[in-house]
Amino acid sequence: MHSTDDQPILTVRGLTKSYNKLHVIKGVDLDLHRGEVLAIIGPSGSGKSTLIRCLNLLEIPSAGEIVYNGRSVENRFQSRGGNIGCGELRRHVGMVFQHFNLFPHKTVMQNICEGPIAVLKEPRAEVEARAMELLGKVGLLDKRDAYPNHLSGGQKQRVAIARALAMRPDVLLLDEVTSALDPELVGEVLQVIRLLAHDGMTMAIVTHEMAFAADVADRVAFIDGGVIAEVGTAENVIRNPSSDRLRAFLSRFNA
Amino acid sequence: MPYKWDFNTVLQYWDLFAWGLWLTFAYTLGSIVVGVVIGMVICFGRLSRFRLISGLSRAYQEVFRCTPLLVQLMWFYYALPLLIGVTIENYVAAMLTLSLYAGSFYSEIFRGGILSIDKGQTEAAKAIAMSDRQVMWRIIIPQAFKRVLPSFINQSVIQFKNTSLISVISVGELAYMAAVVNGQTYRPLEAFTIVALLYFIVLFPMTQAADYVEHRMRVSD
Ligand SMILES: Nc1ncnc2c1ncn2[C@@H]1O[C@H](COP(=O)(O)OP(=O)(O)OP(=O)(O)O)[C@@H](O)[C@H]1O
Ligand SMILES: [Mg+2]
Repeated sequence: MHSTDDQPILTVRGLTKSYNKLHVIKGVDLDLHRGEVLAIIGPSGSGKSTLIRCLNLLEIPSAGEIVYNGRSVENRFQSRGGNIGCGELRRHVGMVFQHFNLFPHKTVMQNICEGPIAVLKEPRAEVEARAMELLGKVGLLDKRDAYPNHLSGGQKQRVAIARALAMRPDVLLLDEVTSALDPELVGEVLQVIRLLAHDGMTMAIVTHEMAFAADVADRVAFIDGGVIAEVGTAENVIRNPSSDRLRAFLSRFNA
Repeated sequence: MPYKWDFNTVLQYWDLFAWGLWLTFAYTLGSIVVGVVIGMVICFGRLSRFRLISGLSRAYQEVFRCTPLLVQLMWFYYALPLLIGVTIENYVAAMLTLSLYAGSFYSEIFRGGILSIDKGQTEAAKAIAMSDRQVMWRIIIPQAFKRVLPSFINQSVIQFKNTSLISVISVGELAYMAAVVNGQTYRPLEAFTIVALLYFIVLFPMTQAADYVEHRMRVSD
């Protein structure tokens, strides 16, 4: 199957998600193109996390379609026919969490190598060399043998990013990755993400850092009440919001 | 007049004590090993999404946790043979009952350990494309193992003591031997004191170990 440059790597059509009677995502269409950085902003409880977690099937959508690289995503682990299962999908679509979720019983190095070795079955030496490169990139070469509970929040999150990158994903999903950090540690993590954006990594980033979003994102989507209320260039959405809701939301961050 | 201790008479039967202690160890270790296997099977049974499997596992747990071990022993030795028409040797009944009993408690300890691991761990493991089985064995169980170690040791200490109950179906473990020696010497104070001491000498280091592990975990968390 060939993919042209204008074919989105990830497509979402008519996505909905409900928890029992609670409708959280009420019909979302979204395209993510190769090399694009999409920021997702919106008020608390608007469904940002739910949406981004649907993209790697950590949440099972109630309805709608997700297409990865031209292949329809199916809610099962194995891929089947032309469709792609969540097992294969997650090899290509990595995720970084608000609360890091590093494996506490493994060292930094083991955290990073776990996926490529256990899942991708790549040779250890090769994986470890790549892990060292990634540790250099996130500035933590000296922490390779440390356990997560000996790291600061900012260091943990940089390891978590390296762990996701070790899978060599095509897309990276980031859900409020600086929200659990002390203010003085936010910068070092954002800096790593800027670097990734600069290297052309495709990313969907849920964030409350408006200045950062405006700066790094190619497009910004404003989610409100489970729908994408506004989407466009950072310039348009953050600097010149068209709706009152978005203006009111943005006014809370003096961005 | 103060009691005149006479350990010498009783210690003439040291070989009975030694043999009893050996059997106590054998039954304890054997039932712990089998109990751990049963406990793991039942633990996964309870975590199964199939209602029938989780229901049956639950029923097993409750039956063995909510009836006294002594009654279970007598049921398997005296009652079950009537039901199946085959006599069961006392050592078979003892081993079987001790293992089933241990398994019911271990399964609940294991389940508690697995459920105590943060959901974020499962999500992070899934996010690097692990299968459910890999998530369980590579991420959840190694962490749960450490966490259940103190409870596991404590339950095993109880198991060691519970082994004394199989004396009622005439298995010659340590407590049974105390009664035998008492019958021979009419020296209950010495005989039962020695046996109590033997239990204590074995188990005290175990409870200390459990405390130590628990303390270490609190520090490292
Ligand atoms: N597992 C769940 N069960 C029931 N309701 C849920 C569940 N997960 C999320 N919700 C609800 O869905 C809504 C959207 O939650 P979501 O976490 O996606 O919001 P969010 O935009 O990420 O908010 P925040 O900025 O606070 O992280 C909330 O009302 C939340 O209570
Ligand atoms: Mg959220």
